[in-house]
Parts: sequence; structure tokens; C-alpha cells
Amino acid sequence: MNSQGLGSYFNFSNVDWGNMISSTWETIWLTLVSMIVVAILGIALGLLLFETTNSQNPLAKLLNWIVALFVNVFRSIPFIILIVLLLPITQKLVGTIIGPRAALPSLIISAAPFYARMVELAFHELDHGVVEAAESMGATRWQIIRKVLLPESLPALVSGITVTTISLIGYTAMAGAIGAGGLGNLAYQDGFQSNNNAITLVATVIIVIIVFIFQFIGDFAVKRIDKRAN
Amino acid sequence: MIEFKDVTKTFDSKQGVVHAVQDVNLKIEDGHIYGIVGYSGAGKSTLIRMLNGLETPTSGTVNIDGVEISALTGAKLREQRHKIGMIFQHFNLLWSRTVLENIMFPLEIAGNSKADAKQKAEHLAELVGLSGRETAYPSELSGGQKQRVGIARALANEPQILLSDEATSALDPQTTDEVLDLLLDINKKLNLTIVLITHEMHVIRKIADHVAVMEDGKIVEQGPVLEVFKRPKQAVTKRFVNEEVTPSLNETTAVVGQLLEKYPKGTIVQLTFHGDQAQLPIVSEMLKQYTLDLNIIEGAIHQTQEGAIGSLYIQISGDQDQIDGALAYLQKMRVETEVLNRE
Repeated sequence: MNSQGLGSYFNFSNVDWGNMISSTWETIWLTLVSMIVVAILGIALGLLLFETTNSQNPLAKLLNWIVALFVNVFRSIPFIILIVLLLPITQKLVGTIIGPRAALPSLIISAAPFYARMVELAFHELDHGVVEAAESMGATRWQIIRKVLLPESLPALVSGITVTTISLIGYTAMAGAIGAGGLGNLAYQDGFQSNNNAITLVATVIIVIIVFIFQFIGDFAVKRIDKRAN
Repeated sequence: MIEFKDVTKTFDSKQGVVHAVQDVNLKIEDGHIYGIVGYSGAGKSTLIRMLNGLETPTSGTVNIDGVEISALTGAKLREQRHKIGMIFQHFNLLWSRTVLENIMFPLEIAGNSKADAKQKAEHLAELVGLSGRETAYPSELSGGQKQRVGIARALANEPQILLSDEATSALDPQTTDEVLDLLLDINKKLNLTIVLITHEMHVIRKIADHVAVMEDGKIVEQGPVLEVFKRPKQAVTKRFVNEEVTPSLNETTAVVGQLLEKYPKGTIVQLTFHGDQAQLPIVSEMLKQYTLDLNIIEGAIHQTQEGAIGSLYIQISGDQDQIDGALAYLQKMRVETEVLNRE
């Protein structure tokens, strides 16, 4: 086999297209599911951080400290190490350490703290005067969260989840390389290990296209939501 | 009625304890437009925020119609806040909501149904002159229109009190006057008590009937606007009044300098007229009685809610006894005189 030549990149006869399509769907599924969970978890954690940051209540201070520690620790662990580290937990939670579902816990745990920090920042960047105006009208804390914090920071929340999702796509490929399925798995096993450079190339192109699509949707959504300037 | 009793507020800062408000006693009657004027850092912002519990006094009490607002917390405080509207220097509108949705916001908070809130908001938009702009977003509005939204929003829950926190300070002079006219109009239509803080004497003169002057956390002077204008006792009050009566004092000083060169023998006098005096022919009477040459340098008359205030810079020359006689005559007519230069 002439696997070392540059021409091997274009030897498309070796590509199993059926397999390629199902791997693409696996990657998209992994990305979407983890994105949704990360968005919910990240907003909840970010809100918790924001609400407890300047509190005088000792309980709130403790909570802030714990959440901040959790976020900082898991944000610092390189993803590839995190997967290995979480293997026993994954086994317990999902019942297997192989396949797309097994990649979910580590994907979510690595991305949620990252997004939580972005959410907290988005809330901090809101004009405090608007929150004060709501307080002066007699709004409850929950009303302020629901009617002021979330809608007013929505463009920042959406662009944050776009960035997070794009790094999630990268993580799915990494997870794929150690058995989570998807395009990463395909590129590594069928491409690299079987000397099929064409498969690696096609998988790469598809991943790039997926990233572009997510970026486009995110940018478009932000543009539609943001009424600050026309 | 609003009543501040021995109110003090201190903050701990890195530079030590800061007395933002000190021993303030103040009564504000229903339906009045009460202006609190002071330079930045005088404590007026802290004071007005105590009226809706955004700040709590370190000691003393704040009462509104017998309810001690400074002692309320939680649901009771929020309930009370529904009845107190507030407008802000930077409008503090929600940019993600349209004009109508912004006005609906406090109604939603107070638990009105969407349909009710919408109907009320439409009516309020009309009241503040924003008909036809209901679906615009704040970013599409001018500063004056944004403040109109702020006012409509503050009125949504039919408050008895409207607090204005430097509401016109970010607006140009013409828009300021339009917004002030609207506030005056609302005060009369709804018999609403308005408490406003400002650093612009112009705002006080235009709409307030009572004024308190604040400096270093203390109220140094208070009373009906014209009283305070007529006989400012404190240095800070005089500065505010002068700023207003002689808007181009610097220019006048330059003109005075030039005239001094031209007429080295002249005497330059600043005259201040109050109320009815501004309508009497005092100066022409003075000229009939005394042999003088008169040169008007600058003059202005301002209308306040309670009457007119005029200021006039004149240069008079002639015999010394005639000048002295004229000055004595002016004092007899209760015109405030100040000789700016005399050789």
C-alpha cells in the first residue's frame, strides 16, 4: 500500500461513506446533548456564583467558595486527563466506558465550569442601574433573575454557549480517539491506525463544516437578539 | 407626608468612616415638588434612596404617611416600593424590551395580568407623549424620549411619590425643559409628590416649590424656593443662586474689566431684584432723583415657581454724593446692591 504518499489523502475509494455519515451523526448528537446540559448547568452555576459573590451571609459565602473551587479545579484539568480520571465515575453513571454515551459525563464536567464563568461575567457586565431600577419597583430576587438578568444578558449568554460548543466539538473528537465513537474515533482508528489518510481528511473537513455551522447559527442568533444598537 | 428624623448614614471605607448623611431633619408635604440641591458627594443621592429603601439609615427614621420605611424589609418593603416611582439619570431602561414592554415591567412585577398591563402601558405611553413609538427599542430613542419612558414606567403602579435622581442631568437644555414641563404637568394632574435631587439650580427654579441645600451630608438651608433665592445665608447656597442668576459671570467679569479701563471713574454695582421689585421702575426713579450717567453692563430676569428674580449690572458715574445717595435709595427700595469696584 502506498500509504505514505501525499496522494493517499485523495484516495477516496477507501472511504466507507455509510460509516462516515453515522459517525457524523454521533458527533452531532454528542455535541448537542452536551451543549444543552452544559447550558443549563452553566447558567445555574453562573447564577449561583453571581448571586453569592458579594453576599454577607456566611452560608452564601461558603456556597460561593465551594462552587468557585469546583469550577476552578475542573476548568484546570486537561480534557484528555479528565476522561481517564472520570472512568470509574462514568462506569457507575452510564454503565459503560465505551461509546458516545460514555463520553457525556466528562464532556459536561469539563465544559460546564468554563461556561459558568462566562455566565457570571455576563451578569457582572450588566449595567447595575437596571437591577437597581427593578429593585426600586419592588421586584423580588427571582423576578430580577428572570426578567432582568437573563433577558438583558442573553446575547452574551448565546455567544458564550457558541464558543463553549465549538470547544465541545474539539473535545468530542478527543473523546472519540479513546473509544467514544464519532468522527474523532473514525479519524483515529480507521484513518490513522489503518493508514487511510483520506478518511482522516474527510473527517477533518466534516468537523470544520460542523464548527462553521455552529458559529454561523450562534452569530446569527446574537444579531437577532441584541437590540442595543441597530 | 414624608418625614426624615435625625437621619444619619455612615459608610466604612478604606479612608475611614464616611458620613454620607448627617442629622437630616426634613418634612415634605403631599403634592409638593421638593428639590434637594448640592454638589456631587453632598449626600443627596444617599438621602433620596432612603425613601424607597435602597439605602437604610444608620440611625434615625424615614417615614412616609406614618409608615416607617426605614424599618421595612422583605415583602413589606417591596409592597411599599410599588407605590414609589423612581426615575434615573441614565434612564436604566431594559434594552431588550420595547417602549411598551418597559412600561409594562413594573406592572408585571406588581402581579398585573399581561392584558391589564398592556392596556395601562398604552395609556401611560400616551400620557408622556410617546404615542406611535410603543414598539421602538430604547436604542432607537433620543435621550428625552428615553426619560419619558422612564417617567411612564415610574408612574405605572400609580405611586403617590415620584423620586427623581438627577433625571435631567444627562439631557441637553431644551430636552431638560421638556422633561421638567412634563414632570410639572404630572404633578398637577395626579397631585403627585415629587422629590428630586439635582446639581442644577435651573431645575429647582423651573419646577420646585421647596428646596433644601445639602453640603457634606448636612442640609444647610431649606424652605420655599423664593425665600432661599432671596436671602441665601450659606456660602454654598449663594454659589448656587449666583450660578443661576448670572449664568455668564465670567463673561461679565471680562466686560467689567473693559469698562473699568474705559470709564476709570465709574462705580460698578450688581443689583438683585426679587418678586414684585422686578416689576417696579426703580432704576428710572433713581435716575430722576440723582444726577448720574448710567451704563447697563448685563441683566437678566428669571421666573421661578413663586415669582421673578432679576439681576442687573450697572456702571454709574457722577459726583460721589450723588452715587452714595443713589445706593442709599436702592437699599431703601430693598434692592440688594453690591458694589463691585470703587476707586
